[in-house]
Amino acid sequence: MINIKSVSKSFDMKPVLRDITLDIAPGEFTALVGPNGSGKTTLLRIIATLLRPNTGQVTVAGLNLDTRAHAVRQLLGVVAHQTLLYDNLTAHENLLFYARLYNISDYAERISVVLNKVDLTDWKDTLVRTFSHGMQQRLSIARAILHKPRVILFDEPHTGLDQKASIRLDEILQSTAASGNTVLMITHDLKHALSLSDKVAVLHKGQIAYHGRTTDLSIDAFANQYHEIINA
Amino acid sequence: MKSLTHNSNDHLPKTGQYWRVVKTIVWKDLNIEIRQKTLVSALLIFSFMVILIFTFALELDKSTRENVAIGVLWVTFVFSSTLGLNQTFAYEKDRGSLEGMLLSPIDYTAIFIGKFISTYIFVVIVEIIVIPMFYILYGIPLFSPVFLLIVLLGSFGYTLVGTLLATIAMRTRAREIMLPILLFPVSMPIVIAAVQCSNAIISGANWGQFSSAFNIVVVYDIIFLGVAIMTFDYLIQE
Repeated sequence: MINIKSVSKSFDMKPVLRDITLDIAPGEFTALVGPNGSGKTTLLRIIATLLRPNTGQVTVAGLNLDTRAHAVRQLLGVVAHQTLLYDNLTAHENLLFYARLYNISDYAERISVVLNKVDLTDWKDTLVRTFSHGMQQRLSIARAILHKPRVILFDEPHTGLDQKASIRLDEILQSTAASGNTVLMITHDLKHALSLSDKVAVLHKGQIAYHGRTTDLSIDAFANQYHEIINA
Repeated sequence: MKSLTHNSNDHLPKTGQYWRVVKTIVWKDLNIEIRQKTLVSALLIFSFMVILIFTFALELDKSTRENVAIGVLWVTFVFSSTLGLNQTFAYEKDRGSLEGMLLSPIDYTAIFIGKFISTYIFVVIVEIIVIPMFYILYGIPLFSPVFLLIVLLGSFGYTLVGTLLATIAMRTRAREIMLPILLFPVSMPIVIAAVQCSNAIISGANWGQFSSAFNIVVVYDIIFLGVAIMTFDYLIQE
C-alpha cells in the first residue's frame, strides 16, 4: 500500500533521511520507532505529501506522490503533532469544515459516526478550546478518519496523554486498524509499538536499521535490540 | 529536476467544489472572528488612533487640512490593512491548521481565494466604519459612489498582494516585520494611484483627469489576481 523507494531528504545540506526503502502492505499496522532527530516525522510528512524528497519516490496505493498527490490526499488520514483543529469552533463545526474540504456527501451521518467512535457525541456543540488534550486528540482522530481514508498516519498520538486517555486512544487505534486500514504510527513507546502493530521498523540516523514482524518479538528482546541499534 | 508542485498533472476538483471550498474557508474565518472578536476590533481601534494622531498632530488651517486629508485616510487604510494581513495566515500557522487544509484534496489556490476574501471582508468592514468618522473629523464629503469604488478597488489590490506576501512572510522568523517590508514597495503603484484618484474625485475633477490613475488601480488588481493564482501553489508548499 505504501512503497518508499530510495528516499533521501536533506535540510540545509544536512541529511535527515538516507536512501530509505520501506514497504507497508495493505491492512498492515506498522510502528516506526527511533530516537529524536532520526527522521521519523520527516518520513511521515513526505508520505503525507507535505514535504518532497530530494531523491527517490513514494507511492500510495500505486499512486506516485510526484504526479498524483491530489488523489493520494483523498486516501490519507493524518493525525499530526498538532491537532489541526480550530479552538474557536465547536467539535461539530471543525468536522463540518473538513467534511466540506473532502467533499463528503453524507457529511451529517459521517460526523455523527466518527464523533460516536471517539466518544465525543455529547461534546459536539462545545468549543474545542475547552477540551482537554485527550479530547482534542480524540477529535483529531475523528477528523482524520472522517473521509474514510485507506491509509492513516499517526505521529506520536500518545504524547501528553494520561494513562486513561492513552488506553482509550489504544482502543480507537485498534478499532481503526481492525477496519482494514493501513496504519503507520510513529511512537517513542516501544511497548505501544509492539502491542498495537503487526510490524515494527526502527529508524536511526536517517536509515531503516530494523524492520520485522512484532509476533516474533518479546518486549524485552526488542528493547535490548533497539538500544543496541541506537547505541551502535 | 523534480517539478516544484505536487499538483501537476493531477485530477483537479471541479469548479463547483472549488467554490464550495472557498466558501467553507470564508465561513470558517468569519465564524471564528464572530466568536473571538479580536481582529476587526483591533483594526478599528488602530484606525481611530491613527486618525486622531494625525488630526491633532497636523494643526493645519482648513485648506491645508483638506489637501492632506485623503493621504491621511489612505495611510490609515494601509496601516490597518497591514495589521490585518499579518494575521491572515498567522492564526492557521500557529495552530497547525494550515496543514489540515494542505492535507485535504483541494486546489490550493482555493485556500488563497478564501483567505483573501475573508481578509477583504474585514478590511471593508473597518473602512465602512472609518469613512464616516473621518467625515466627522475632517468635514470632507467622502460618500461619492466613484470615491467609494476607488476605495474598494484600492483595498482589493492591496489586500490581494498582502495576502500573497503574507504566505511568504509567515515562513520567516520575523513575519510581523517582514510583511510590511515586502508589501510596501510592491503595493506602492496601487497606493499612489488610489491616492491620486481619490484626491481628484474629492476635488471635483472630471473623469479625464483621473482616468489614468483609475486604470492603474484596475490593471494592478487584475495583474496581481493572476500572479497570485499562478504562484500561490508554489509559495504555500514547503
